[in-house]
Amino acid sequence: MLEAAIVAGILICAFFAIRASRLLVSALWLAGTSALVALMMYMLGAPEIAVIELSVGAGLVTVLFVFAINLTGEEEVRWPAPLPKPLAWAMVLIPAVLLGWMVLPNVQSSLPALMRGDFQAVLWEARSLDILLQVVLIFSGVLGVLGLISDTEPAGEAIEEEGA
Amino acid sequence: MNTGIPAIVFIAVLGLLGAGLYALLISRHLIKVVVALQILVKGAMLGLVLAGRASGQIETGQALALTVIVADTIVAVVGLALAVQIRRHFNTLDITKLTTLRR
Repeated sequence: MLEAAIVAGILICAFFAIRASRLLVSALWLAGTSALVALMMYMLGAPEIAVIELSVGAGLVTVLFVFAINLTGEEEVRWPAPLPKPLAWAMVLIPAVLLGWMVLPNVQSSLPALMRGDFQAVLWEARSLDILLQVVLIFSGVLGVLGLISDTEPAGEAIEEEGA
Repeated sequence: MNTGIPAIVFIAVLGLLGAGLYALLISRHLIKVVVALQILVKGAMLGLVLAGRASGQIETGQALALTVIVADTIVAVVGLALAVQIRRHFNTLDITKLTTLRR
């Protein structure tokens, strides 16, 4: 069954993205996860968002990761975890098992027939507030990155240097 | 046991959410934290598309997933830019050592 194979691939890629000790390898496994999630979205009948996820999630974000790793330097991640691992496992497994136990019996056994509507109409008319939010997010993201990437000295130090 | 496509995709959603949350809890490296957030959000995104498809409103699911993709990308960009600056100023990416944002 193709869907089960894709789901297995998604989970394996996510597992190795977390487990990889080298950051670059972790970023590449993350790109694989994104590509398989995009494939699953396409199979669920959402081709528009699958294309965007493939280009942004597997493309742009991976390039950003490689760029950031190049600037910060590749270092082995072997620090001890801030939380004890059994506690982290419990904090993840208990909600996951409860959610699965409550939701899985109510999940339909098959998907209803795909009724394709007008995606553009829904996006631009019914969800116009989301578009506004996206514009604000992109604008604030650009401003945030400009502020963070800029290599200016803090005001206090600049004054001290002038005085010296 | 229910082994239809919705159940299989729901297991993927649960797996991605669980893996992302676990990585968020055990990671000390700032870039690894961004990776964990990406995995967590991919689970949420797949869940939105699955919910839209199962309820017969795939366009609404796609529109919501698009907003999540934009927000997720901005989070990754700002998080990675922050990591670059923190590395430049503090010479570490260990989040437990970051007790201040001043040099």
